[in-house]
Amino acid sequence: MSSPTSTPGRRKRNRDDIPATPKSTAKAGSDGLVSPPSQRRRGQDSSNGDLPAMPTSPGTDIASPAVHDTSLFSSPRRSVLPSEVDMSSPLMYGTPSSRVEGTPRSGVGGTPARQRPDLGSIRKAPQVDLHSEPPSADGAVASEQALGQKLVIWGTDVNVGTCKEKFQRFLQRFIDPASNEDENAGLDLNEPLYMQKLEEISVVGEPVLNVNCSHVQSFDADLYRQLISYPQEVIPTFDMAVNELFFERFPDSILEHQIQVRPYNALKTRNMRSLNPEDIDQMITISGMVIRTSQLIPEMQEAFFQCQVCAFFTRVEVDRGRIAEPAVCRNCNTIHSLALIHNRSAFSDKQMIKVQESPDDMPAGQTPHTTIVYAHNDLVDKVQPGDRINITGIYRAVPMRENPRQSNVKSVYKTHIDVIHFRKTDEKRLHGLDEDSDQKLFTEERVQILKELASKPDVYDRLSSALAPSIYEHEDIKKGILLQLFGGTRKDFSQTGRGNFRAEVNILLCGDPGTSKSQLLQYVFNLVPRGQYTSGKGSSAVGLTAYVMKDPETKQLVLQTGALVLSDNGICCIDEFDKMSDSTRSVLHEVMEQQTLSIAKAGIICQLNARTSVLAAANPVESQWNPKKTTIENIQLPHTLLSRFDLIFLMLDPQDEAYDRRLAHHLVALYYQSEEQIEEEFLDMAVLKDYIAYARTYINPRLNEEASQALIEAYVDMRKIGSGRGMVSAYPRQLESLIRLAEAHAKVRFSDKVETIDVEEAKRLHREALKQSATDPRTGFVDISILTTGMSATARKRKEEVARALKKMIQSKGKTPAMKYQQLFDDLRGQSEAAITKDMFEEALRALADEDYLTVTGKTVRLL
Amino acid sequence: MPSSHDWINKPLGVVEAMFAQSNSNPEWEAKVLEYFKGQLKEKESHSWVPSLNDVPLHYLKPNSLVKFRCLVQDMFDPEFYMGVYETVDPSTKVLRCGKYKDVTECGVDLNSRNTVTAERQTFYCVPIPGESPWAKEISFLSAARVVPSTSYVPSRQKRSYEEDDDMDTQPQKTKWSLTELQSSSPHGNGDSKRQETEAPSSQTTAPSDCSSHLDLNFPLPGERGPACLVKVYEGLDSFKLNDTLEIYGILSVNPVLTVIVYPYRDPSLLLLNPTESMETPEEQRAHDPPASLVPRLHMLYARPLQHNNPLLPSAPTEDQSAFVSSFLVEMASVRAELLAYLTHVLLGDGLAAEYLLLHLISNVYTRRDVLPLGKFTLNLSGCPLNSYTERLYQIVQQLVPCSYRLSMSLHTMNSMRLVPKKDYVANRLVSGALQLARNTSLFLDETQLEQGQLDSSGVRNITALGNLISWQKVDYDFSYHQMEFPCNINVLVTSEGRSLLPSDCQVPLQPQVTPPNMEEYLTTIHMAQFTSQINKFRVYLSLARTLDYSISDEVTKAVEDDFVDMRKDDPQSVTAEDLHRMLVVARLLSLSLGQTTLSRDGWMRAKHIDMLRRSRTEQQKSLNGNEP
Repeated sequence: MSSPTSTPGRRKRNRDDIPATPKSTAKAGSDGLVSPPSQRRRGQDSSNGDLPAMPTSPGTDIASPAVHDTSLFSSPRRSVLPSEVDMSSPLMYGTPSSRVEGTPRSGVGGTPARQRPDLGSIRKAPQVDLHSEPPSADGAVASEQALGQKLVIWGTDVNVGTCKEKFQRFLQRFIDPASNEDENAGLDLNEPLYMQKLEEISVVGEPVLNVNCSHVQSFDADLYRQLISYPQEVIPTFDMAVNELFFERFPDSILEHQIQVRPYNALKTRNMRSLNPEDIDQMITISGMVIRTSQLIPEMQEAFFQCQVCAFFTRVEVDRGRIAEPAVCRNCNTIHSLALIHNRSAFSDKQMIKVQESPDDMPAGQTPHTTIVYAHNDLVDKVQPGDRINITGIYRAVPMRENPRQSNVKSVYKTHIDVIHFRKTDEKRLHGLDEDSDQKLFTEERVQILKELASKPDVYDRLSSALAPSIYEHEDIKKGILLQLFGGTRKDFSQTGRGNFRAEVNILLCGDPGTSKSQLLQYVFNLVPRGQYTSGKGSSAVGLTAYVMKDPETKQLVLQTGALVLSDNGICCIDEFDKMSDSTRSVLHEVMEQQTLSIAKAGIICQLNARTSVLAAANPVESQWNPKKTTIENIQLPHTLLSRFDLIFLMLDPQDEAYDRRLAHHLVALYYQSEEQIEEEFLDMAVLKDYIAYARTYINPRLNEEASQALIEAYVDMRKIGSGRGMVSAYPRQLESLIRLAEAHAKVRFSDKVETIDVEEAKRLHREALKQSATDPRTGFVDISILTTGMSATARKRKEEVARALKKMIQSKGKTPAMKYQQLFDDLRGQSEAAITKDMFEEALRALADEDYLTVTGKTVRLL
Repeated sequence: MPSSHDWINKPLGVVEAMFAQSNSNPEWEAKVLEYFKGQLKEKESHSWVPSLNDVPLHYLKPNSLVKFRCLVQDMFDPEFYMGVYETVDPSTKVLRCGKYKDVTECGVDLNSRNTVTAERQTFYCVPIPGESPWAKEISFLSAARVVPSTSYVPSRQKRSYEEDDDMDTQPQKTKWSLTELQSSSPHGNGDSKRQETEAPSSQTTAPSDCSSHLDLNFPLPGERGPACLVKVYEGLDSFKLNDTLEIYGILSVNPVLTVIVYPYRDPSLLLLNPTESMETPEEQRAHDPPASLVPRLHMLYARPLQHNNPLLPSAPTEDQSAFVSSFLVEMASVRAELLAYLTHVLLGDGLAAEYLLLHLISNVYTRRDVLPLGKFTLNLSGCPLNSYTERLYQIVQQLVPCSYRLSMSLHTMNSMRLVPKKDYVANRLVSGALQLARNTSLFLDETQLEQGQLDSSGVRNITALGNLISWQKVDYDFSYHQMEFPCNINVLVTSEGRSLLPSDCQVPLQPQVTPPNMEEYLTTIHMAQFTSQINKFRVYLSLARTLDYSISDEVTKAVEDDFVDMRKDDPQSVTAEDLHRMLVVARLLSLSLGQTTLSRDGWMRAKHIDMLRRSRTEQQKSLNGNEP
């Protein structure tokens, strides 16, 4: 297996180690710094330095201190050692061989192995090798299988040979044609996946092989079980297998160190809350958010001791955080003569990372849990505070001790995770354009429930009535918001130069104060996982977008994201939209159409994704909605912004008796119905949540032929309405809105095709919204130009008329270079049949001034 | 009363005996809980258990059963401990039980096969914030009466005996004297006598310099009393942050628990022992404070508290229902007396008194999606200046078991921490003034607000108050995200003009009398009340809020008709919001009279007083036209 040439070096090292071992084991035994019971078997193993020390069969307690008499480790034993332990076994693997002894090596041996502190001190795990029968009574288990390769690592059911073989087979054969992982981009899906990855390693030279555990599981369930249960033993075996395979294939490759296998995605991505004592020493994957990282800690791996008398030196490995200082120099037998030489000891990097439960998977009313994670070597500084990550690692527990000299132990364990693999879950959110990777997982039953619900013909109405049940009526608004929650299909037109096509639906609610707009916003904010709620009054442009901060400790510039970026893939609810300052509002222009945010601040220039739907609420300027004015006049928002909303709804008090009665009934019911009654009536909020999440993740409807035709017709019809009166009643933007709405409606039905009924509903909703918001109060017609240009066509016509009349009047007065403002106004009013307001008069003056016909200075009007 | 109180004095003995009997059958754990629950169920038995709230820590026996009335301020990470372990000494190799203990006894064989690892969680608990002095006092007095002397050392208790006598012999009337009123000022620097009885950990157990650097993390400034680390073994999911609980548990004050943070630590130790280096000193201080200051409590039984009024039976037992039905008869008369009292206090304004009364019994009884129902935030505008509001608060404080006055001066708004914030360095939730128990009366004194600039934290604080009032929730700051915690706090805003904060209902105060000396006036009113009377008021207010309530179909119909009619006349005058408010007023009005269903009369009364109130606000508006 391994090349024989490597043996001498190893043998020498082994010999060096031995004097230290007895002490360390004895110490470990009495100090009892062992992992808790579930780990006990292996803890015990590793406390035993060498195979010969293993006196009995695995069933008995061998770690009791009585056994560890130093006399057991007499010198004759030492000579036995090298032949006892197979050099390729995991016991040998991972020993610090940064100290290469100069022996020429090739192949696997030629590349230095790198320590894996993440796996702990496994090198001491005893295992019986296949070439020589162990001299001790170990055979109880081993002897019967001695001839085959059935020997297992003590305390586990892992047989190194089989395990290695299995894993090599896995590497060579595993094909996952259905793979859509981003990591596999550019790989041929019909070729063995991991062989391609090995090839990549040989080219790139990064000696890390990430292995998806679900692949292992689908390939060999037993191997997977072993990997999860005994990661400490199995992963080094994997390492070995990979390295053999790799150097067989690419014998000339030069790597920094041997390839390390990093499994990830240990099937169940667990919640931090669900970790329990049974998980100790198992491989787990949990998700969370980094909240703190420590400074780099140099951790001693191997101490270097030198005798002050004879200069003889010895090395001692760290055993679970402790170094056993040799008391006697083996060379000259002087007692207490050895001193630690720091700069010849070996250290490895280590970092403490604190991870907190992500807010999404926490029960209400409790505080988030935190877990300590240790990153080793090149995983140090891989993550920053604020990152959302999936961590795969080994869960550990260590007993606490107040004072090493004290026998009383605080009966508590300290737990942490030794990380093997990090995976950032929000990385792509910031940089890529793919769908989110942290897909919500649904159980079979749940999916069944959702599908059942979706198959009901009235699902659309059901869902919309389940939305904010405490708010009465406003069915169309709720339907609009429902469609917004689902969103359209994301399309990419970057090849044709158009770039991304907005899939998010933006909605503006305006209306009288006290019509529960805020309540709707609050509800939506509570419903969606990535929702943000801000108030126009309280937020600045900076708070919405992103700002650059200097970290006081590291002096590093850090980009802090604001509400819009944080609600990427979610909904940003903005209350009191009208109170927002103009500069703040202006950042929304980019977000609402391009779905990105450009930042140029403090030397950082970047474009962040902000694929957020905006749900805004605005109050009319005059505190009460004036039905005689247009939407623009009522809320005083720039039309450039308004036209970016797909749907603009008015929430007005309808003021009719039947409505009042229903409203009263609804409200009174709210105050006396019991919780259960309500449950019966409405869909559970959790179901609605899941329904939306499911549809957003798995349903991507496309337009079918009929639907496209229907859309075209709808658009043409909309254009036609206006053209008769010389108005433009629809723009391409409206067509886009229609498409989005139709897609969202198809999503509601869990349908992969957008059909005519979707288009019909989109049309209806769009028309309803327009009817409310874009009706010209003067003519009663729907006039889209109110929203697109801020002024209705009739209003513009009238403005021109007034200006013309004014000009005529001035001209009729003959040559008067200057006129009194007030007088002119009165004259005009007297002359005109229609009532002329001061606003109109001023507008007319301005129009004439633009024509360079006159100027207005203070209270006088001068002709030019 | 059983002759032996072993289950109180030596609960661990009971636990161990049961463990020994069990032969490692895991059922023993349930048995232990059942046993203690059974013991506590016995009549009066829970009052034999000494309370950490009342008895100074150093009078309590370590490892005895104690109770603690508290609020869950923070929840620490779960920890694994040795549930069962084996001793290391081979001659006496026995299995021991590690449950309900912090420290193992004698050497532990860590390699034993029989070790069982189990999980528990630690809650950081503080006494209920803003608990009124009277509530503390009454619970102390009742405790002193029944707790058998075995749990104290009598000789050391001398002083508190004297104190008891003193209190008992004191004429009831003078007890609520002016000095009392003044001394129980909002920041709770109570009179010297009470300091002695309250078990102020900082003064009795440690020199002041020791406690000064240890922040006990009380939500409200100036609070005192023991904080406690409660180890919870069962039902972890049933507890929530800010729950008020009465916890029965085993007191542990083992000095081993104290982590001494040496200023100088052996660097090699730091380097080599990973378990030590991963905690910052701040974190250690927060999680392992000296046991003499922050005792550990191993929970055996916890009872969620519906209220902390010591005058009411606390558990919903037969006891309580009997109590309620007997009190219901009196309800109307007590209400009349209380109304008269409040009218005097509010300078003869009967309408404002009515509304204040309704406010004091309001309660968020349910939530419909995001909408809290039953909240009734009152804005008393037009309050006279010059410490009137302070007096008013003191009177409110005498009536409710929990209260806090937040003087909204610019300085406090800018500097005070209202919203709890997670401190990641110390890994704990740093409390803020809005981390309050349910049904706490929060008295916002806006008359203290002057013109000036609010800085960013001030704006945040005002927003937090606004959120609290409108949605009854507080968004705790977890720095990377916010987390929403629903709450149930009665907010009363006193202001000169209309408050800048939202409110459910604004009542402009219209004083009918203008006493020349306000302080004297209020003090006289206060003095005129007998303690028995005040106690009746206290019971009344706590009780009215717990009553059930319903509306019959018939009345529903009537209300609907009424609403339609009102809208017919003038749709602008009555909105859905108004109906919301009137329904709440009707509910509270009925409950205040002890009626659990809405009657037609009740609805008409609610409409009537709301009409009166509205005409008053409109009048106010027309008086100073610039009001919005």
